[in-house]
Amino acid sequence: MSEQLEEILTRYARGDASQLIPALQQVQERFSYVSPEAVRQIARHLKVSESEVYGVASFYSQFRFEKPGKHTIKVCLGTACHVRRSDRLLEFFERTLNVTVGHTTADGLFSLERVACFGCCALSPVVVVDDEVHGRMTTAKAQRLLKKYGS
Amino acid sequence: MRTLDALRQEATQTWQALEQETRPRVLVGAATCGRAAGALAVIEAVEKARRERGLEVLVTEVGCLGLCCMEPVVTVYKPGRPAILYGNVTPPVMNEILQRWLLGDDPCLDRAIATVNGDRLDGIPPFHEHPMLKAQSRLILRNCGVIDPTNFHHYLARGGYLGLENALRMPPEMVIEQVKRSGLRGRGGAGFPTWRKWQLCREVPGSPKYIICNADEGDPGAFMNRALLEGDPHSMLEGMLIAGYAIGASKGYIYIRAEYPLAVQRLRTAISQMREAGLLGEHILDSSFSFDIEIREGAGAFVCGEETALIASIEGRRGMPRPRPPFPAQSGLWGRPTVINNVETLAAVSHILRDGPDSYARLGTSNARGTKTFSLAGKVQRTGLIEVPLGITLRQIIFDIGGGIAEGRAFKAVQTGGPSGGCLPASHLDTPVDYESLTAAGSIMGSGGLVVMDDRNCAVDIAHYFLSFTQAESCGKCPPCRVGTQRMLWILESIQAGTATMEDLDLLESLAQTVKAGSLCGLGQTAPNPVLTTLRYFRSEYEAHVRDRRCPAGVCRALITYRITDECTGCTLCARLCPMGAISGQRKQKHVIDPNRCERCGACLDACSYRAIVVN
Repeated sequence: MSEQLEEILTRYARGDASQLIPALQQVQERFSYVSPEAVRQIARHLKVSESEVYGVASFYSQFRFEKPGKHTIKVCLGTACHVRRSDRLLEFFERTLNVTVGHTTADGLFSLERVACFGCCALSPVVVVDDEVHGRMTTAKAQRLLKKYGS
Repeated sequence: MRTLDALRQEATQTWQALEQETRPRVLVGAATCGRAAGALAVIEAVEKARRERGLEVLVTEVGCLGLCCMEPVVTVYKPGRPAILYGNVTPPVMNEILQRWLLGDDPCLDRAIATVNGDRLDGIPPFHEHPMLKAQSRLILRNCGVIDPTNFHHYLARGGYLGLENALRMPPEMVIEQVKRSGLRGRGGAGFPTWRKWQLCREVPGSPKYIICNADEGDPGAFMNRALLEGDPHSMLEGMLIAGYAIGASKGYIYIRAEYPLAVQRLRTAISQMREAGLLGEHILDSSFSFDIEIREGAGAFVCGEETALIASIEGRRGMPRPRPPFPAQSGLWGRPTVINNVETLAAVSHILRDGPDSYARLGTSNARGTKTFSLAGKVQRTGLIEVPLGITLRQIIFDIGGGIAEGRAFKAVQTGGPSGGCLPASHLDTPVDYESLTAAGSIMGSGGLVVMDDRNCAVDIAHYFLSFTQAESCGKCPPCRVGTQRMLWILESIQAGTATMEDLDLLESLAQTVKAGSLCGLGQTAPNPVLTTLRYFRSEYEAHVRDRRCPAGVCRALITYRITDECTGCTLCARLCPMGAISGQRKQKHVIDPNRCERCGACLDACSYRAIVVN
């Protein structure tokens, strides 16, 4: 991992603290989360303290510090989705998968996340599994989705 | 100054060749919204017909036409015949259209929405006369859903970069003067005159100067910027170049949400096309103007829509706002003069410099010139992306363009301006949509999200929804916002739980005023708006929660019960879906809900196709 990390970090000028967020984004894209080791190496490379790296990364909702599951389910909780009761969908996933939002199922198959708005408001409510957007969702459709990705 | 003439000539030929194409063409709206509705499967269906049946047909991915409620939408050009726009196209429907219309001679009018290019066909309105489009004026969106957003020729052929060429022939001050004459005000929400921001930045000493495009669009319920960047990225980029030239900037940043991967991809493609055409770099088109653009992806913080927070984020820090003045135009990114404009503002600039300021200023009202894009969502029949002249009323938008409330329900409220805005009731439907009128009604224009609510939406629940959003997104720097929104949220929760008193309502109102007056940035200053407007227009609903322990809209869980009526056919679907095992009954016989086990999650309500479950 550390060599791959080094390889990513060489794209950013040493000591350029303004590259902190893009560096975190690249690291997360490659490893799907930001590990303690990644934080250490980013801090060393950009010459900022580790606590500053954590401070910035934890401020933004994009960054994860836990390894995510095989599939990520994102439930959109934007306004249009909310008025079409996306809270019910989130609750359905929480109950069915026995996991709370922001975490991964015990079998490592699904991570459950929420997004503030996915910008597909006209097709609300929206659920995104990995990179696939599913519009006009219902509980019954959600059940089918889990079957599709769970097998 | 070198011009793009040769390139544009080539582009015009490409475009004309397309119009004279002898093969049929299929345009599929494949922006993120179209994809969510299944556009990629439709494209695959056409490709398959081409491969397997040897059907000679050209397929093009275009952006969103704005008719999101009918997605996926497909335009079919059959040479020598009227072009037809179809809606709700699934792969089987696509195959049917290919079979009946392209191989046969039946235009499948049962699937058609409109004709394109001004042609008429029995019973099918031309595009611009479709009820959803009639009241619209599409300047900003004119290319969306029409051109291939990855094809530079398409943008050029339709007048692209003429605005930049015009600008480069003028001194920068004159460009600012043109924008002043157009009356353009910032489309990000606050409505500050664009020219004044530019002039301030131009006059301030200091270099380099920066222009930042704010494409963060964090408002839940808004997707105008996403659709524009996915459907016509160059229109914003051209505006960014013009703005950069006008203020004397040498570098531009696009700050865009990471949640919009397709928009980011479209921008990257467009930027590399610009570089190749000499529209970025040193001495653009052999002029004295040198400029470059860099994309920065946001990392999911709503507060970064706030200028000073956005700057902090680009600098690699936590996105926390700072007090103003100094304004970013005086001291912005790395302490240099910086202008931050919204995507739509910049797209309007390219239009203004191409067609002249008067063409823009003749639309709208005396105080709010031009057009504004809105994303129309929620409980309205026709949801989608629209562009209307300012001054149009909410009623025209919701009922004429949106077709009224879905499922024959009653209109209750419209939320304008996202979490910073407010909910306006039916008595305000004739409010003209402009900055001042909406502010007078207690709401704001905001970036342009319009979410329509019907009688099944609870005013308290909506206020709670927005406040929990802003509370979670508060950066925590100033106490009125950090502590105040939290305290307000607790009161709203007690109202929803049926444990609040009438005094709590007064406390909620006075806290809201304090947070509004005392917060450091726009997030905190506007966070109480949804609470204040719902208290103002739906106070009786709050009182029903507090006094009668009742939620009239049937939403707040602690105050409602579910019941199954005699309409129940005993299909067992609800019982199988209920996560609590609270529903029981024999097959083909009426079921019952055990109120002690029921958690009012609503899964049964969604699933029942006989409307046999009611909320009391």
